[in-house]
Amino acid sequence: MSALCPECEAALSLADVIQGEIVVCPDCGVDLEVTEVQPAVQLALAPQEAEDWGE
Amino acid sequence: MGRIVKVGVLYSRVRVEEKWLFEALDKRGVAYDRLDDREVQFALDDPGPWAQYDVVLERSISYGRGLYACKILNAWGIPTVNTASVADTCGDKLWTSAALKKAGVPQPELRVAFTPASALEAMEALGYPVVLKPVIGSWGRLVSKINDRDAAEAVLEHREALGNYQQNIFYIQQYIRKPGRDIRAFVVGDRTITAMYRSSAHWITNTARGGKGTVCPVTPELDAICQQAARAVGGGVLAVDVLEDPDRGLMVLEVNHTMEFHTTVPTTGVDIPGLIIDYTLEVGRNKDRFRSHYQPVPREFGDEA
Repeated sequence: MSALCPECEAALSLADVIQGEIVVCPDCGVDLEVTEVQPAVQLALAPQEAEDWGE
Repeated sequence: MGRIVKVGVLYSRVRVEEKWLFEALDKRGVAYDRLDDREVQFALDDPGPWAQYDVVLERSISYGRGLYACKILNAWGIPTVNTASVADTCGDKLWTSAALKKAGVPQPELRVAFTPASALEAMEALGYPVVLKPVIGSWGRLVSKINDRDAAEAVLEHREALGNYQQNIFYIQQYIRKPGRDIRAFVVGDRTITAMYRSSAHWITNTARGGKGTVCPVTPELDAICQQAARAVGGGVLAVDVLEDPDRGLMVLEVNHTMEFHTTVPTTGVDIPGLIIDYTLEVGRNKDRFRSHYQPVPREFGDEA
C-alpha cells in the first residue's frame, strides 16, 4: 500500500496500517493520520498537540 | 471462565500503545469497539449505545475528553479504566499531591500561591532551586526549574502573560537533586508489574523529552511506595513517577492515569498491554466488586488521621 503525503507529496509505502494510526512522513517529518484503509490508504495531517494532551 | 464482556476503547490517536491494546483484545477474542473521541456523543438522559459496554478503557490523549467521558459513563454506572475520580485526581498535580499527602506518601515539599508576588515569596521560603509546574499538563510542558530570584521573576512574568487562569495557579515544588534519572513504575490493580529508570543529562527525564529507559528492579521498597501511591489516587492502571532523594529515599512525583508504554515494553519485556486488558476484563466481569472503586476519592488536606 502506498499513499501521498498531503504536505510534501512524498510517496509513503505503508504496510499493516489501521484507521486512526499516526505515521510520520520520512521526507518532511510531518505527523499524518491514516483516515481510510479501504479501498486505498488515505492520509491527512494529524491533529496538532493541544494544551491538555498527555498521559 | 468468567462471563463474556463487551469492551469499548476510547482513544484520540492510534499510537503504538493503542495498536498493542487492540492486538491484546484480538488475541483474547474479546468483543470490543474502537471509539474515536472526536466522534462520540452523549445524551445525558439516555446511555443508548453506551449501555452495551461492560467496561470502557479510556485512552484519550486529551485529558479533558477522557475525563468528561468517564464522568458521564461512571454516572451511568458503566465502569471505566481508569475511573473519572482517578482521572480527576491524577490529571491535576495539586489534587495528586493532596491525595498523596493524605495517604502519607513521601513527596517533594510543595507550596501553592495565586499571584506572582506571593509565588515569589513562596519560592524564597522554599529555597532555590524550585520547580514551577502548571497544575494541569503533561510531557513536561511549561515545567520550569528556577535557580534564583532573577529567573523566578522572569518566569512568573511570562506565566502571567499566558492568559489561561490555570497558569496563575502557581504549583511550586522543591527541586530534588536526583541522580540523573527517575523511575517510572507501572501498577495494575494491586501489582507493581514493572519499572524503568529514565535517564537524561537534562533535568527533565520524561522519555517524551528524550530520556532513555533501562530496567529498574522492583524492590520491596519501590513496590510499597508505588502501591501506596496507587491506592492514594484510587487505584487501577497507573504509572507512578518516583524520585530517589539522596537524603530521604524514594518519593513520588506524580501518578499518570493514561500512560504511554512504548519505551517500557521493549525495555523491560513485560506485556503491559496484555496486563491492562486482563485488568479491564476483570473490572468488566466484576462490576459489583469494583463498585466502590468508582466512589470519589475524598479530597481533604491535612495529616493522615
